[in-house]
Amino acid sequence: MKAMVAVKRVIDYNVKIRVRSDGSGVETAGVKMSMNPFDEIALEEAVRLKEAGTVSEVIAVSMGASACQETLRTALAVGADRAILVETDADLQPLAVSRMLSVLAKREEVSLLFLGKQAIDDDANQTGQMAAGFLGWPQGTFLSSLKVDGTHLVVEREVDGGLESLRLAIPAVLTADLRLNEPRYASLPNIMKAKKKPLETVTPADLGVDPAPRLKVLSLAEPPARAGGIRVPDVATLVAKLHSEAKVI
Amino acid sequence: MSERESMDFDVVVVGGGPSGLATAIRLRQLAEEQGRDISVCVLEKGASIGSHTLSGAVVEPRGLADLFPDWKERGAPLNTPVTKDVFYFMTRKRALRLMVPPALKNKGNHVASLGALCRWLGEQAEALGVDVFPGFAVTEALYDEHGAVRGVATGAMGVSRDGTRGPNFEPGVEINAKVVVLAEGCRGSLTRTLTERFDLRKDCGPGTYGIGIKEIWEIDPAKAHPGRVMHSIGWPLPRDVYGGSFLYHLQDNKVSIGLVIGLDYANPWLSPFNEFQQFKTHPAIRALLEGGRCVSYGARALVEGGLQALPRLTFPGGLIVGDSAGFMNVAKIKGSHTAIKSGVVAAEAIFTHLAEGRTGEVLGYPEALRKSWLWAELKAVRNIRPSFHFGFWTGLTLAGLESHVFHGRLPYTLKHSKGDNEKLVPAAKAKKIEYPAPDGRLTFDRLTQVYLSNTAHEEDQPCHLRLTDPSIPLSLNLATYAGPEARYCPAGVYEYVQDAGSDALRFQINAQNCVHCKTCDIKDPAQNIVWSPPQGGDGPNYVDM
Repeated sequence: MKAMVAVKRVIDYNVKIRVRSDGSGVETAGVKMSMNPFDEIALEEAVRLKEAGTVSEVIAVSMGASACQETLRTALAVGADRAILVETDADLQPLAVSRMLSVLAKREEVSLLFLGKQAIDDDANQTGQMAAGFLGWPQGTFLSSLKVDGTHLVVEREVDGGLESLRLAIPAVLTADLRLNEPRYASLPNIMKAKKKPLETVTPADLGVDPAPRLKVLSLAEPPARAGGIRVPDVATLVAKLHSEAKVI
Repeated sequence: MSERESMDFDVVVVGGGPSGLATAIRLRQLAEEQGRDISVCVLEKGASIGSHTLSGAVVEPRGLADLFPDWKERGAPLNTPVTKDVFYFMTRKRALRLMVPPALKNKGNHVASLGALCRWLGEQAEALGVDVFPGFAVTEALYDEHGAVRGVATGAMGVSRDGTRGPNFEPGVEINAKVVVLAEGCRGSLTRTLTERFDLRKDCGPGTYGIGIKEIWEIDPAKAHPGRVMHSIGWPLPRDVYGGSFLYHLQDNKVSIGLVIGLDYANPWLSPFNEFQQFKTHPAIRALLEGGRCVSYGARALVEGGLQALPRLTFPGGLIVGDSAGFMNVAKIKGSHTAIKSGVVAAEAIFTHLAEGRTGEVLGYPEALRKSWLWAELKAVRNIRPSFHFGFWTGLTLAGLESHVFHGRLPYTLKHSKGDNEKLVPAAKAKKIEYPAPDGRLTFDRLTQVYLSNTAHEEDQPCHLRLTDPSIPLSLNLATYAGPEARYCPAGVYEYVQDAGSDALRFQINAQNCVHCKTCDIKDPAQNIVWSPPQGGDGPNYVDM
């Protein structure tokens, strides 16, 4: 069976996000971009399934500007066999992305669609779930473990208050949480080899999807600067302040 | 035998800054022009090209023009021509306008981000067929049976703090090359290793360095004058400290502001970071920055030794370009044009060397360099920096005479007597300096600023700041010099901390704060701190510094 992994190009997790001084968006000029860390984990899981012989091919998919090719090359260096870029300058939102992913998953006849549980830029946490909806497939989200059991998958999900085990029929949509695995580093020889792996470019129109945003961003602002802490002389003052000023007790 | 994979290239360049990228680009240009295939790769420890690059910067396009005569048409990010130069002598309250020294006249130059320029050079290099690999730190040289350098190796990834292999361990890679080009910038770690191994500083002495600390501010659009360039000397630096400020107006209401301090300073109580913070409180600077916000922070050591402190430029199996060798023009406070030029000259010499099938050192490189404009330019200013070893006023007078009258034609060359690490006097004999507390608006503490450098290091890895003798920080540095590393480090890496219930101080290295400036490697009195590269991709993530 084949696996598809969605990888999103986001601002690197080490970079402090800054809203442009005119409030028109987040500053991206000259900012380092990388693969969404949760997608790295999803990719690692798919590559491990391939190394274990369970999966025959791993296809990486990214969507957005042509610079997303870099993210796809990284995915190819880590172990994906080929890549598809849906190239568009549109402001992509989870609904359009999940719709396009579902079209691609059907076109490529994949059995497993992997994603990160969410992207660290918009934190939407919707794409995997909506893709499962479009495909009509079972979904395993926030995975911390995954095992293949014949025609089924046994997965553990990180839920409030513990772990939930599910048995899913294949095909399925799977989203990775932090503890699923520890992604590998791309080695230099593999980065070289990745340059020669196939990378196909399509457009949203090719997939029959209108990527126009359905949500409108009203404004963007940085969170207010945190006021410095104070020292209180004793417990009684602390309790009083928590009650009267912070209003938390 | 080694489990590491190996790859073969004709030329491997260590470091993706202006000099290394220029070397790679020129090599591929020549290969294309003459129909020869030369494989070139560039290894860069930063997560991306430009992420470890920090400079003022006012860029003189002369070097770039030697590489790409059509740099403008190609869209090089030099698009803020200098419109005005001013030079001040600062006192606590006032800024006295001085005549702009000839070396600081910047007509024809551009206010720019060297990081952005490097990113652009990286794209040009890739388009020419150079394999550019950011995120890979070179940790060692490889030698052949005769002891000549035959290549380099990148560091392993996923090594745990105790040196054992972590779950995602990935061994390094050996890269064999006919020529290894050291382009690590000022005080490169591999350059230091090879300099010692081949005794490359035998004839030139220790050299001298500086530390530059820089911030980018977004200011009130009404106060922005893109292209305006200001330099100053004087306050807050004590008279016996060589240094000065820079303040450049960029596009988009941004200014680049910084302070450069010679690392030959004597007083162990001096804190370059706090001197810079204090500088911003000068009425002339405060007026500009107030109401703005600081968006970036970083620091980097500069090589100020000049021509007389250049090491031997070649060694068996390779050569040194850019600030790793030390081509900065201290009078101009610029080195990117000479760095690029040295790369161009090196590439041409390497190309001939390979084309003619020569073996041995690439001696054509130093030979051609001596005939280039770079050499003439550095020769003319060679006595300016060492003049300041005689004190501020004598230095200023001698430097003025050199700049305006003699232009380097005097028959003598002043040397740098001792290494910067030997210049500190014991703390007991020096005047203690008290710095004002940060106000959180104009002035900040180290950790607040380090946050703006976007620096990050994998937590679980061996400490990359190695102590040759772990007892020296307490027995010498603290006992005699009152722990100067806690003050000269601009990133708060070094601390002497007191644990609860203990009277004694303990030396602590917060390696994850490091911004890779290399100051500790230079200034540590016993040269006991050895800066070695952490895991590839770690370190600052500068945005257009």
